[in-house]
Amino acid sequence: MERTQKQAKEAAETNEPKIGADLLVEALINEGVDTLFGYPGGAALPIFDALYKAQDEFDQILARHEQGSIHAAEGYARVSGKPGIVVATSGPGATNLVTGIADAMIDSLPLIVITGQVAQSLIGSDGFQEVDVMGVTTPITKHNYQVRDVQDIPRIVKEAFHIATTGRPGPVLIDIPRDISGEIIDIDLPNNVELDLPGYQPTFKPNPLQTKKLAEAISKARKPVLLTGAGILFAKASKEVQEFAEKYSLPVASTLLGLGAFPGDHPLFMGMAGMHGTYASNTAMYECDLLINIGARFDDRLTGNLASFAPNATVAHVDIDPAEIGKNVPTDIPIVSDAKQALIRLLSHDIQQPEHDKWLVRIHENKENYPLWFNKPQEDMIGQWVIKQVYEATKGNAIVTTDVGQHQMWAAQFYTFTEPDKWVSSGGLGTMGFGFPAAIGAQLAKPEETVVAIVGDGGFQMTLQELSILQEKGLPVKIIIVNNQALGMVRQWQESFYSERYSQSIFNIQPDFVKLAEAYDIKGIKATTQEEFTKALPEIFDYEGPVLVDARVLRQENVFPMIAPGKGLNEMIGVKP
Amino acid sequence: MKRIITATVRNRSGVLNRVTGLLQRRQFNIESISVGRTETEGMSKMTFVVEVEDFQKLEQVTKQLNKQIDVIKVSDITDKAIVARELVLIKIVSNSQLRAEIQGIIEPFRASIIDVSKDSLSIQVTGKPDKVEALIELLRPYGIKEIARTGITAFVRGQQPNTVDGSFSSLLG
Repeated sequence: MERTQKQAKEAAETNEPKIGADLLVEALINEGVDTLFGYPGGAALPIFDALYKAQDEFDQILARHEQGSIHAAEGYARVSGKPGIVVATSGPGATNLVTGIADAMIDSLPLIVITGQVAQSLIGSDGFQEVDVMGVTTPITKHNYQVRDVQDIPRIVKEAFHIATTGRPGPVLIDIPRDISGEIIDIDLPNNVELDLPGYQPTFKPNPLQTKKLAEAISKARKPVLLTGAGILFAKASKEVQEFAEKYSLPVASTLLGLGAFPGDHPLFMGMAGMHGTYASNTAMYECDLLINIGARFDDRLTGNLASFAPNATVAHVDIDPAEIGKNVPTDIPIVSDAKQALIRLLSHDIQQPEHDKWLVRIHENKENYPLWFNKPQEDMIGQWVIKQVYEATKGNAIVTTDVGQHQMWAAQFYTFTEPDKWVSSGGLGTMGFGFPAAIGAQLAKPEETVVAIVGDGGFQMTLQELSILQEKGLPVKIIIVNNQALGMVRQWQESFYSERYSQSIFNIQPDFVKLAEAYDIKGIKATTQEEFTKALPEIFDYEGPVLVDARVLRQENVFPMIAPGKGLNEMIGVKP
Repeated sequence: MKRIITATVRNRSGVLNRVTGLLQRRQFNIESISVGRTETEGMSKMTFVVEVEDFQKLEQVTKQLNKQIDVIKVSDITDKAIVARELVLIKIVSNSQLRAEIQGIIEPFRASIIDVSKDSLSIQVTGKPDKVEALIELLRPYGIKEIARTGITAFVRGQQPNTVDGSFSSLLG
């Protein structure tokens, strides 16, 4: 006869000796973990047994695929500012996490990833569910550990949290062989463990000589531009960056992931820059004589052809990761620092106002004359219009998550973010299937807020199995599928650059998404016209529970404006005529 | 251009993999790499000779190495006053008649014969790469059966000249 849960719990509490996995869970509790995303398996059984005993200590979420759990952890980390915790088993459990680890690495999200591993006696023997997780994850983690001595667990966990959350955040993986997690601990371990990281001392405060240099450059600038990246969000420096921009009337361009760091409705804000950025931002970056990059990494989707990126500008770059400075764009004023510390320092300098009235007028005209635009059809829907409706219905206050592709770019263009930490998107890796599980993590972190997953029909089908969690955990996530029955961005590029050869990008067969939602006991709504969608809005946002909306949009709609691959900031196409 | 880079690292599992993987991912060609323990318990020193396109790439490689948690210190010592040495073992075709002749060739290089067989001779030589290359060329006519090289290991001299004239770059040929 099966024991009841209560009996099992009592047995666990009284009789069984402490094992390595208990040390791990204790360490997680010590770090203040409140939510954990896990998926069990053979080599992780001791860990999950220890977690079972800690069910009252933190919320434990069972995703339906490890990729779902790690993207949820990323969403959680992005909006909460705390590290996302993921536990999976060895072999396939670990390899299913790889996409999420790489995504977190390139977008600097703090994660603690714990993987079970086969027993040490089996490591290297191609044992069942054995994979070289250390080898696989070394290039995509900020750091990784394989525990070789059970007594190291408390120190390793403490170091992992420290590494993941300080400096430039990132994922840290801890691989725990099964014999270690199951090893009985018969000695008393010291309560306090010390970090042992002599090679890790991230620079936090700026060099005052460099900030002085930047201050002087500002006073001499005639065409200054401030580029705001996600580093401002990690440093929680939104207030400071606004004060700084206002103090010197610096026009602001944002990266994709930096959206929300500076208010999107501010008169100095020019919009997102880059491949699908605004004319005002891209032109300003092309023409500027001083470019101040705070917390962005000059990604190729932002810069376009480097030869014509800010060709006449003095470039100042504030970044906590010294390796980012000068990596892609030669930098005149390097400032290795936390964004907030650098801004505080810059604000303390008393510098002469730049004379740039003409520049501000030009930027204002560009904003007025060449805004983001679309032609609204009579009845049919297009993605841009759908996003605008969602923006208005949520009064711009929702947390928005996306996958990658057309819907992502439209969300970045037409959902105006006025506050930090409301925008959760897969920027660097461009991961399909990210948006929906990320929304789950975001909703768990912020239960009171409206969370909208704006996803494509392609990406959603990669991780839709996580619909199970919505009912299970009572999460009112609103899923808006911008459904063009195609891999829209792929289709757009095939149209533009491959003579309309739509190779494998058209989805002629799709599930009935409404029935699919209902199969998971979730409200499903299909809208094929603007009228239907407008009518559905109250049903979506006034309803307390989760809703899945299949918004059928025109397939042929493209994302504009655009800088074609290999082209420069000054070669935009599709700007408002 | 060739550069000599040294890295002090912690003796932890995976550190060599992390460092070499990084060099490979960022497309830096490693000409040689040598690793060994140092005077400090738990610390190792790696010496790389890398082929790098330009100074911007070089800066990237040192920054990327420095970023690794288990890497304590990275230095590009190419333009410093340094001591750089490599140990090379050379096995050549030989017989008893040739032995004295070969002895005469290797002596100015302060190389030594460390193994002898009926038809071969093994020579050990230590030194800068150009010296080693010169000896190999002199021995080549006898027929080289095998060469094993450790790669360069190096550190900066105790005393640095006031002005660096760059002549030490010639160490790398």
